[in-house]
Amino acid sequence: MRDAIVHLTVNNTSPLPSWNLFDDLAALFHYDFMVHAFEAGTIVAIVAGVIGYFVVLRGSAFAAHALSHIGFAGATGAVVIGVDPVFGLLGFTIVAGAAIGALGSRLRGRDVTIGIVLAWALGLGVLFISLYSGYATEAYALLFGAILGISASDVTVTLVAGVVSLACVAAVYRPLLFSSVDEELASAKGVPVLALSIAFMVILAVAVTEAVQVVGVLLIFALVVTPAAIAVRFTSRPARAILVGVALALIFTWLGLAIAYYSPHPVSFFITSLAFATYVAVRIAEPARSWALRRASA
Amino acid sequence: MILGRLAPAAGRLEVFGREPLRGNPAIGYVPQRSSFDPEVSMRGRDFVGLGVDGHRWGVRLAGRKRAREASATSIEAVDAVSYADRPLGRLSGGEQQRLLLAQALVGDPRLLLMDEPLSYLDVRNQGAIVQLISQIARRRNLTVVLIAHDINPLLPHIDHVLYVAAGKIAMGTPAEIITSERLTEIYSTPVEVITDRRGRMFVVGLEEEASHPHA
Repeated sequence: MRDAIVHLTVNNTSPLPSWNLFDDLAALFHYDFMVHAFEAGTIVAIVAGVIGYFVVLRGSAFAAHALSHIGFAGATGAVVIGVDPVFGLLGFTIVAGAAIGALGSRLRGRDVTIGIVLAWALGLGVLFISLYSGYATEAYALLFGAILGISASDVTVTLVAGVVSLACVAAVYRPLLFSSVDEELASAKGVPVLALSIAFMVILAVAVTEAVQVVGVLLIFALVVTPAAIAVRFTSRPARAILVGVALALIFTWLGLAIAYYSPHPVSFFITSLAFATYVAVRIAEPARSWALRRASA
Repeated sequence: MILGRLAPAAGRLEVFGREPLRGNPAIGYVPQRSSFDPEVSMRGRDFVGLGVDGHRWGVRLAGRKRAREASATSIEAVDAVSYADRPLGRLSGGEQQRLLLAQALVGDPRLLLMDEPLSYLDVRNQGAIVQLISQIARRRNLTVVLIAHDINPLLPHIDHVLYVAAGKIAMGTPAEIITSERLTEIYSTPVEVITDRRGRMFVVGLEEEASHPHA
């Protein structure tokens, strides 16, 4: 991780925010790399917020986490053979996603199976890193995200992938919702639950691949799971929960980028911290509120 | 097989004069389940709404009002109005069972299939659910086929009974089948049918008491 430390210290000359919000915003968008970061971050946050709702509803959080780690092996492998890591990431997550989907969504012991594959995939990733000479920067970007290094063409790819995955979610929205709540019932109603389970995991694989660009393999939870997990505590209506999840993911990403611009520290740290702090606040506020209600009624 | 999910090993099956069909709108189904995961955050009303069009592709664009009205009617029919807007996972077993029933009733089916609807419920809820099913069945002229291990809560309401045990089958009205002799024969283990002063029948297995004389 020596290069990573260098990478951080290079960024050490941070601009200072003024008290004029318009000036600050103009400064934020002055550089192309910041504009691209905001564009990609916005797309990824919307996709992650939508798909995250289904991840939480289906109890597939661990599968989402595992997909990103398995993708890490694909990405590092791609680097070794001289291919863009995004393709390795996408290929591995899609294959792994389809396999996890084929296991069924509520199969007992599924997490154990996924975990075993995950550990092996990370082992592969370590091997690939060691095979590649300039490894540390590449690995650092994959593990922790490199949103500030996103190019205009990356943004286009992200946009296309995002639109395609959202279109897929819309196409299977109702049966996916049905089978996520009650697979047995959905199946009796003629919903092809296994095909849907596989399709959903493939969509998730694409979303995870996108999110890796922003927060990296290790921090995927912060964008794919946390916003949705907070949203379902606010509302039990699916459409609203999805909107709240998207809004939260957007806020975390935008604020994270803005704060990081004025600080020497990495964007991923701010995005994950904002997500974590919000989740903690909601979990604390909930029992406090019901306690207050009980006291008021007593 | 009635739901069209399994093909019969031999012979032919017709449901309402037609081949069994997956997703047959004439059939309402309540699967066997312990309970929803406590993390299931969807509210009951939306779950019941999935009974209307949850099997259709895409997002609900047309027919929002119809779906909303259909689920509201169904929720009223099972007396679940007071908790239909709370998350499913936070409801009690009896409340979840009522919403499952509402979900099955939403398309006005002619046949209701229920797999062990009474297990995991306490005695009071068992009685209430049986009462409710029986009421709805008579009011809507609905055939209800339900599977149960414990027949006692159902006895006052059933018209026909089909016993399947150890490869033996017996079918008929409760008066014909539910007698000590017939049940002992079917189960190959001593079973006694007791009738109390009010004419209520109870099926009691004797095996356990005979071999483990405790208390």
